[in-house]
Amino acid sequence: MATEMQKVFTRSPLLGTNTHSLCPGCGEPNAIRVLMENIEEMEERENTICVLGIGCYTAFAALMEIDCQQAMHGRAPAQATGVKRVLPDRLVFTLQGDGDMVTEGIQEVIHAASRGEKITAVCLNNAAFGETGGHMTATSVVGQKTKSTLGGRDPEVHGHPIRLPEMLQGFEGVAYVARGTVHTPVGVKKTKKLLRAALETQRRGLGFGLVEIVTMCPTGWFVPTADGPRFQEEHLLPIFPVGELKRPAGLDV
Amino acid sequence: MSDLKRAFLEGGHALAEAAIQAGCRFYCGYPMTPSTEVLEYMARRMPEVGGVCVNVESELEGINMVWGATGAGVRSMIASTTNGMSLMQESLSEMVLGRIPAVIVNMGRGQGDYNMCTRGGGHGSNPAIVLAPSSGPEAVETAYRAFHLAEKWRHPVMIFGDFLLSHTSETVTFEPPEDTLGPLPDKDWATDGARGRPPRLLTSLGMRITDAPDGSPLPDAQTRTDVTAPMRLAVQRHEEIAAAEIRVETHWLEDAELVVSAFGVPARFAQYAARLARDEGMKIGFVRPYTLLPFPAETFRRVAERGLPIAVFENNAGQMVQDVRLAVEGRAPVHFIGGISMDSSGFGVGPHIDALHILQRLREVYATRNAA
Repeated sequence: MATEMQKVFTRSPLLGTNTHSLCPGCGEPNAIRVLMENIEEMEERENTICVLGIGCYTAFAALMEIDCQQAMHGRAPAQATGVKRVLPDRLVFTLQGDGDMVTEGIQEVIHAASRGEKITAVCLNNAAFGETGGHMTATSVVGQKTKSTLGGRDPEVHGHPIRLPEMLQGFEGVAYVARGTVHTPVGVKKTKKLLRAALETQRRGLGFGLVEIVTMCPTGWFVPTADGPRFQEEHLLPIFPVGELKRPAGLDV
Repeated sequence: MSDLKRAFLEGGHALAEAAIQAGCRFYCGYPMTPSTEVLEYMARRMPEVGGVCVNVESELEGINMVWGATGAGVRSMIASTTNGMSLMQESLSEMVLGRIPAVIVNMGRGQGDYNMCTRGGGHGSNPAIVLAPSSGPEAVETAYRAFHLAEKWRHPVMIFGDFLLSHTSETVTFEPPEDTLGPLPDKDWATDGARGRPPRLLTSLGMRITDAPDGSPLPDAQTRTDVTAPMRLAVQRHEEIAAAEIRVETHWLEDAELVVSAFGVPARFAQYAARLARDEGMKIGFVRPYTLLPFPAETFRRVAERGLPIAVFENNAGQMVQDVRLAVEGRAPVHFIGGISMDSSGFGVGPHIDALHILQRLREVYATRNAA
């Protein structure tokens, strides 16, 4: 008896046919995949502009089948503001890392949030500068060993990690704030929903949205590739709890 | 107000109005004297024409907003002053590589930003096209021209003025100059949502190049990355711009025995000083570079080939004079007769911005012109 095969998974057509060069075990491609799936499902491919920061994920500019602008390190929320203000009916989002958004560019994201810019800021938070080979960012957790915190991040010397979603949720101009994870299949599915809610918030013109996605970086954490999810679970998620922090009343997605 | 054709306006206001009439629909700025008036004017006028004016939280944010808005295909401008320009430099440099045709106005304090503007103050030394108007009417003309050149070459254009340009009221006429009336290339780079077309990437990093190094198309929608391509193309573009866009004002070169050169509003003082000197019988010629980049080196070279000494007046410690020296390549003596001149405000207006002061310096140089 022949079994009819059902296609249950395919690469988003918005991710093109080129390959990427990110490390095995990296969480960023998972996050970007569900982001692009959302744009496809929302039928916004021809209406979306992505502004990418500088980090490992910048390589995805060569794959994403939507209009993209590359920004300077940290400046994407300002650049996205320029795009959105002149094209208010488009869907505009930033794609940045923790080094980009929280370390180098915290001014830009804070002011964009306080102005209530109707954009969506997406932060891929792996608590390290992955691209440089594992250095401390503003979100590296206490005790985390990096090439610039050899004995682990010491609050006396290096300060404490910044929790951007918790910081921005009280801003009047901020409509949607959430944190997701991509270290488990369930996490990926939930993150997709968070991103959908954030993009829908923008589509309805309700205000600024931020989704921080905790992503694995075994290379930058100096752990075996397969240990990435475990390391994230043990060391990062207690500091960066997953869930929705703010959602507009009546948002039904 | 929307069809303003002729008005008596401060230079900063006149430049802002001309930008709007040239189609600028996004402006942002951070207040700083003497560029504040551009922001004030735009804050009032932009909403009237359906444009956007943002009072930004820093110059750094401002320049990147202009990057985004320009990249979306809308004519955009930012004005700032000296220190604010320093803050923008990383993005300015990269906007040259990324070919973002924005217009950037530096109403400087004095003329000490000449090198920053013409060399490109950021990494890699990637300068914009730099235009230096010397009056309100020319500032108006320059606003139209800046947007035109920016899109013609797909290259940022900087307008370099000062306190005197921004604050002097003159009668201006809002009429695009003839050289800006020609057709411009399609904005086939604008990222405004890929409606009915393949997606675009606006980048300074040489990603998503669709042809091979020999220019032949890559097969099957493949792309490649070449991080040096934007740099090489910028160099090539500068050569093409230099061959096509140099503008320079000259007077009395035919019988000159000494040539005085200056740029911006101080050049009007220098020109007047030259006229006074000629009234005294001194044969003095005058050269005013309008395009600081590309620099009118050929004009200076021709002067130098006649062995004529050149006196350069600038309100800084001597910056354009270096370009003059490079242009003449030792063929003629080059004297610096400028200097840093500021009153207590620090805004760049001081005792040397005075035709009689410049006249005295010209008398001194003229007297020694045959000494060498």
